Amino acid sequence: MFKRLAEKGPAIAITVDGKTVNAHAGDTVAAALLAAGIDHCRTTPVTGAPRAPYCLMGVCFDCLVTVDGVGSRQGCLIPVREGMKVETQLGRREAGR
Amino acid sequence: MAAETRDGDEFDVAVVGGGLVGVATAWGLSREGCRVVILDEGDRAVRASRGNFALVWVQSKGLGLAPYAGWTIRSSNAWRGFSDLLKQETGLDVAFQRPGGFHLCLSEKELEARANVLKRLHNQPGIVDYKTEILTHDQVKAMLPDIGPEVVGGSFCPLDGHVNSLRLFRTLHAALNARGVVYRPSHRVESITREGGEFRLTTTRGEVRAAKVALAAGNANMRLAPMVGLDCPMKPERGQIVVTERLRPFLNHPVVTLRQTDEGTVMIGDSKEESVDPTGLTIGVSATEAERAVRQFPLLANVNVVRTWSAIRVMTQDGFPIYDESQSHPGAFTVCCHSGVTLAANHALTIAPMIARGALDASLVAPFSARRFHVQAAG
Amino acid sequence: MTAAADLASSYELVVIGGGPAGLAAASLAARAGVSTALFDENPGVGGQIYRAITSTPVKDRAVLGEDYWDGAALADEAKASGALIVNGATVWSLDRQRLVGVSIGGKARVIEAGRVIIATGSQERPFPIPGWTLPGVMTVGAAQTVLKAQGLVVCERTVLAGSGPLLWLLAAQTLRAGGKIDAILDTTPRRNWLQAAVHLPDFALSPYFAKGLALLREVRARVPVHRVDRIEAVGADRVREVVFSSAGGTRRLPVDLLLLHQGVVPNVNLANAAGVTHVWNDRQLCFVPVLDADFGSSVPGIAVAGDGAGIAGGTAAAERGRIAAIAAVRALKPDAVVPDTQAIRQRLQREEMGRAFLDWLNRPADGFRMPEGETIACRCEEVTAQQVRETARMGCEGPNQMKAFLRCGMGPCQGRLCGLTVTELIAEERKATPDEVGYYRLRPPVKPITLAELASLPISEAERKAVER
Ligand SMILES: Cc1cc2nc3c(=O)[nH]c(=O)nc-3n(C[C@H](O)[C@@H](O)[C@H](O)COP(=O)(O)OP(=O)(O)OC[C@H]3O[C@@H](n4cnc5c(N)ncnc54)[C@H](O)[C@@H]3O)c2cc1C
Ligand SMILES: Cc1cc2nc3c(=O)[nH]c(=O)nc-3n(C[C@H](O)[C@H](O)[C@H](O)COP(=O)(O)OP(=O)(O)OC[C@H]3O[C@@H](n4cnc5c(N)ncnc54)[C@H](O)[C@@H]3O)c2cc1C
Ligand code: FES
Repeated sequence: MFKRLAEKGPAIAITVDGKTVNAHAGDTVAAALLAAGIDHCRTTPVTGAPRAPYCLMGVCFDCLVTVDGVGSRQGCLIPVREGMKVETQLGRREAGR
Repeated sequence: MAAETRDGDEFDVAVVGGGLVGVATAWGLSREGCRVVILDEGDRAVRASRGNFALVWVQSKGLGLAPYAGWTIRSSNAWRGFSDLLKQETGLDVAFQRPGGFHLCLSEKELEARANVLKRLHNQPGIVDYKTEILTHDQVKAMLPDIGPEVVGGSFCPLDGHVNSLRLFRTLHAALNARGVVYRPSHRVESITREGGEFRLTTTRGEVRAAKVALAAGNANMRLAPMVGLDCPMKPERGQIVVTERLRPFLNHPVVTLRQTDEGTVMIGDSKEESVDPTGLTIGVSATEAERAVRQFPLLANVNVVRTWSAIRVMTQDGFPIYDESQSHPGAFTVCCHSGVTLAANHALTIAPMIARGALDASLVAPFSARRFHVQAAG
Repeated sequence: MTAAADLASSYELVVIGGGPAGLAAASLAARAGVSTALFDENPGVGGQIYRAITSTPVKDRAVLGEDYWDGAALADEAKASGALIVNGATVWSLDRQRLVGVSIGGKARVIEAGRVIIATGSQERPFPIPGWTLPGVMTVGAAQTVLKAQGLVVCERTVLAGSGPLLWLLAAQTLRAGGKIDAILDTTPRRNWLQAAVHLPDFALSPYFAKGLALLREVRARVPVHRVDRIEAVGADRVREVVFSSAGGTRRLPVDLLLLHQGVVPNVNLANAAGVTHVWNDRQLCFVPVLDADFGSSVPGIAVAGDGAGIAGGTAAAERGRIAAIAAVRALKPDAVVPDTQAIRQRLQREEMGRAFLDWLNRPADGFRMPEGETIACRCEEVTAQQVRETARMGCEGPNQMKAFLRCGMGPCQGRLCGLTVTELIAEERKATPDEVGYYRLRPPVKPITLAELASLPISEAERKAVER
């Protein structure tokens, strides 16, 4: 879907559902997921439909993911960090996560 | 369909107000075969029915007016049947549940105060004894495993329940629509007169005529009631609610200040401020509600709040319902209360048939006449 | 990095949003000696037009174009101005008393502001077609954002659909960056030309005329363009093909990515929650705040500048920010030296000149704004157009009652992606104007914060008593 123009900055390793994904400095979580070709990042709490980032500017909330154990974070606003653990969020969030 | 008013429309009953009290009553009237019109305000109206906490609640009810306890229990008991009827008519499930509910205390002082309230309540003559127990931390924990260590205990009443009150509101509107009841939004009633044995209601969009009038306009009943020889003294107050994103089910019982809806969101309340500004919102009040919620259920700390809101409670001057019929204007009734969710079953299944028959049944509702205010004033 | 705890308890001026409007406003005010804080939720300044201006990996200046690089001066100026600029700072509340609720790194604060300039810009207009919630369907703006900020360019089986300048800009930028676009589905209704033509002379004089033509030519030379009046994204778990039709018949194209865009509209959430009065703008088909000549709103001390005040573009946004800042400085520090507004107003006028033409030309067709049947209107709560229409026919007159009945607008996006659709659907069913129907009444937090953050805020004795009984 997307390719990187320039391999700018050092690679940053994050995990997505346990699998290592190479992101880059300056990536947001959502951008890193798109660059890695990941299809969807969550399923909806209402019907369980798959969703992926839509607006990338913080308005649609379709990029919600679990980041380092905390659910419902807006992936398009959060810069990646080395070792960050990203998980797709299935349906409703679990309290306490 | 919200048709434009033609001058001189005639109905058996005009219900003034399309909040929960109005629509529950209108639905009951329609079941009795009445031709009903509901006159309501528009989209931006102050409507407690869009902002409430959705408990069908028994514990604490009746302190100061013992018959109110019995009246509340009657509705609580009627609720299951009421929701089944609505489901049959509309296919919509309002998610009524009565698993028993809690009042949680965060200090020994709060627990003692709680025990005192219950004692005073149950010491009243003529009170129906509904079993509300005081429980210790461990006893509460056995039923609500996610409570935090700061919860010292609480009270539990097996009759307490909750419902999806917005869906209830929609379901009643849908049922009315299907029954052909005429609903007229943006028809604010300005004046009511009685001429030639019928009522004429002048609205912002024309006149409506009806043999009977049921005033269910919430706090606005205060202004409308005197037009038909009734009295409805009100003391509105503001409540604020915090609501979270949808979560997986974690809470099987409603708590008076915190409940998980069938959709998964967690609602947190319930404040009281002396204000009638429905747009105002006090952040510190939301903060207090949030702080107590996190102490009660620490697992909620990281959960996202998606909205906070304030709503104006329909509150009579002493907090108890007012059900009245006019002596000077026969056929005019008031149906007004706080706890319009809890009492919806009564309004639909008990009050509406009385209005349809043309007289309130004193054996059930005499204690709720507004005459009580005059007795007190005179005494 | 500024943390929540580092913030002062009050600032003379708080600017919300770090796009051209916010940056220009904050620099001007700070230079005039006003204590100024600017909050923006993005990791860097620049807003939408100058997204990632200080960090973009796209070094070839031709790719994003010179208009983009204009932003660097604004960002530098703001940095040098002495204003406190905080990124990663989400403003979640603003009220009539100008209390600003802000969340930084998971910690919330409420601070006081003498004056507030809301510069939260625009967002793309909802584009509710069948299948628009499927993974693989994104906005044109989203593709542009990852191009600017991360240097990601679309490749393989990409189709763009819609109308408006941004669509053509992203197409050109993509091609320059070596990306590939299979087709553009142009949804501009032909009859728009009739209404727009009257304004062509003005547009011909505006700076956008020559640029716009060049852009169209650049893209059309390399990408097939189809005029369409119906589009559907099709696929089960993700979009697999796009089906489109026009008078000439129906066609399908296999896609990996379908990028939608039909213009931008003001991002009204914060201003609406603060109680700012909005009215319907029929030319731009959106709600805009009611503002005075200095961009002051109906709420004393709160101004709205930039595209949030009505769409006029990035250069105009900066000029509007300056005018609003001058008014703020004059109110706060009557003796401070400020630039002459006359010159700024003239530049602004020049910028706004071609707007009528662009607005009329790019007005999206009814069918792309007011969907039918099972098409989703509210993405968060998955409410369909049909449900909204039926409920309106039942007598539900406006979006607030609709929200209570159907939950549309109750999800985390707070109605940003359904508000206009729901209002227009109700208006169509009621045969009323969108102004009569109105908009959602928004409440804080306009962006979610955690319960713990809310719990951490200061509480007065009276506020505690209102809850503890
Ligand atoms: C996705 C997108 C891409 C665009 N690209 C271009 C382009 O390439 N060229 C062009 O000419 N026009 C573009 N536009 C049009 C845009 O509206 C510009 O005219 C310009 O960016 C407007 O400037 P502004 O200062 O009003 O707001 P913006 O530039 O939109 O800046 C608003 C800022 O406010 C921030 N913000 C919003 N809400 C909050 C909050 N609650 N708390 C904290 N911060 C907040 C946002 O993160 C953003 O950085 C684009 C619009 C969009 C929506
Ligand atoms: C914060 C809060 C929490 C609550 N929690 C609970 C709870 O947990 N359980 C419970 O049982 N109850 C609860 N309640 C109370 C419950 O919501 C109300 O008792 C109930 O909604 C009242 O319904 P109503 O129809 O009387 O009033 P409203 O919903 O206020 O409706 C009154 C209607 O009358 C209309 N109207 C006014 N004037 C006119 C006029 N002149 N002409 C025509 N129409 C007019 C208004 O537009 C409105 O539609 C709560 C209330 C609040 C505010
Ligand atoms: S992708 Fe829309 S909010 Fe992140």
